[in-house]
Amino acid sequence: MKRIKWSRLYIALVLIILYIPIFYLVYYSFSSGQNMDRFGHFTWVHYQELLADSRLLAIFLETILLALLSSLVATLIGTLGAIAVSQIKNKKIKQLLLTLNNVLMVSPDVIIGASFLIFFTALGIGLGFGSVLLSHIAFSIPIVVLMVLPRLNEFDYSLVDAARDLGASNWQVFSKIMLPGITPGILSGFFMALTYSLDDFAVTFFVTGNGFTTLSVEIYSRARQGINLEINALSTIMFILVMIIVIGYYFISSRSGKKGGRLL
Amino acid sequence: MKKRKLIFLVPYLAWIALFVIMPIILITVYAFRDEHGFTLSNFSQFFTNGTFLRMTLNSFWYAFLITALTLLISYPTAYILSRMKNQQFWLLLIILPTWINLLLKAYAFIGIFGKGGLVNSFLGLFGIGPANILFTNAAFIFVAAYIELPFMILPIYNAICDVDPAVMQAASDLGANKWQAFKRVLWPLSKSGVQAGIEAVFIPSLSLFMLTRLIGGNRVITLGTAIEEYFMTTMNWSMGSTIGVVLIFLMIIVMISTSSSASRRKKREVKL
Repeated sequence: MKRIKWSRLYIALVLIILYIPIFYLVYYSFSSGQNMDRFGHFTWVHYQELLADSRLLAIFLETILLALLSSLVATLIGTLGAIAVSQIKNKKIKQLLLTLNNVLMVSPDVIIGASFLIFFTALGIGLGFGSVLLSHIAFSIPIVVLMVLPRLNEFDYSLVDAARDLGASNWQVFSKIMLPGITPGILSGFFMALTYSLDDFAVTFFVTGNGFTTLSVEIYSRARQGINLEINALSTIMFILVMIIVIGYYFISSRSGKKGGRLL
Repeated sequence: MKKRKLIFLVPYLAWIALFVIMPIILITVYAFRDEHGFTLSNFSQFFTNGTFLRMTLNSFWYAFLITALTLLISYPTAYILSRMKNQQFWLLLIILPTWINLLLKAYAFIGIFGKGGLVNSFLGLFGIGPANILFTNAAFIFVAAYIELPFMILPIYNAICDVDPAVMQAASDLGANKWQAFKRVLWPLSKSGVQAGIEAVFIPSLSLFMLTRLIGGNRVITLGTAIEEYFMTTMNWSMGSTIGVVLIFLMIIVMISTSSSASRRKKREVKL
């Protein structure tokens, strides 16, 4: 009994450490004053500043647009690639492609950023939204492939044969048989790509140039100048957004899980 | 059918050629080049100048410390988690902070570790005067470990969950005490998760240059920081590429050594 209590305490401690920084930011976002040392009095002033800061709001929207666009393209290329790779019969070629696929997964961010910077400069692609978008697509593709491939390996290809016997066209086989079978993998791939893009700092920092910034880069440059409670207000809003998305995702996935159960 | 397969494959292969192979070739070319053409001077500078070698050792030492601290905290967490009710919920709570932007979390620690911040006010309760915490090596290691924590907990948790509870039961039935059961049964069986966690933490730890700037106060110089500096500040791309190539090379060695130890383990399992 006593042992269980100790383990509870340990988990509680780990969770407290994990959440202290987040709640610290949220707490001081409501404080008057200019630093995170002493709570002044309750105020909304930093949120008002945030709403009036059209530069930061524009960056916020651009970051989300970038994430959606890059993960959409990465999901498309990655899914098609995964389907193609899963159908390769030659084991050596397949292994080679999978190894190449994982190169960007295991490389440190600085290496990816630096080599992409050289790459864009060598090709004469100007740094800005385009180069950042291309980079985000590039580093999101491997995770999509890794999420879709297991679904394809589990996929029952006799269904394809059956559909063909029943007179389905290539397109019908693809859209009505293959795609529904691997949709969960595609969705989680898209989801992972989204988080990769939203969370990236290092690669973007290298390839962004002067014209375009994402939220991470902007926070970095502001944080280097010191504490600014507007950032606290922003992180509160982002935390609430994340909570909504996670609860939504949790709800949808648990519901679809139930549906799967009923089908069985 | 053949043509359709090709359409599927082409964009993917184009991605591999352009964004996987080309960048590696380009960074290697840059490492062996200066204004006059081919040169080995960057590498000779790297391996004869003590600063670079010290920096390499330094970054591996810090990455090791970060990984060790994360593992030390994560293993018990993952174990306790695997024995709890409502595991999915607690797991979600652990994953959730990874979704908050890394920079925001680092920024929070500037406040927490600051002169009048949370830690110093806490120390003040015991009459310990405000200490300089921000911009120290310890602060850098702590924040890096904080950020990597969930990425270590998850694979270990998955590995422990895959261990058959009956095996642990059998160990204690056969008279093993808690420590023996852990050392002889649970640890070897969950080692794959530990390995995955170490791989997920060690390599990113080499490139946390934003933390060395924001939390380490530019005093912790790692390979990642050096690359960033050569590319973005001093604009000496060939030296930056040289450090990059060395880092890639060291990484490959680390990966080959961990995978060969994994295959050796498999052989031993077969013998048993």
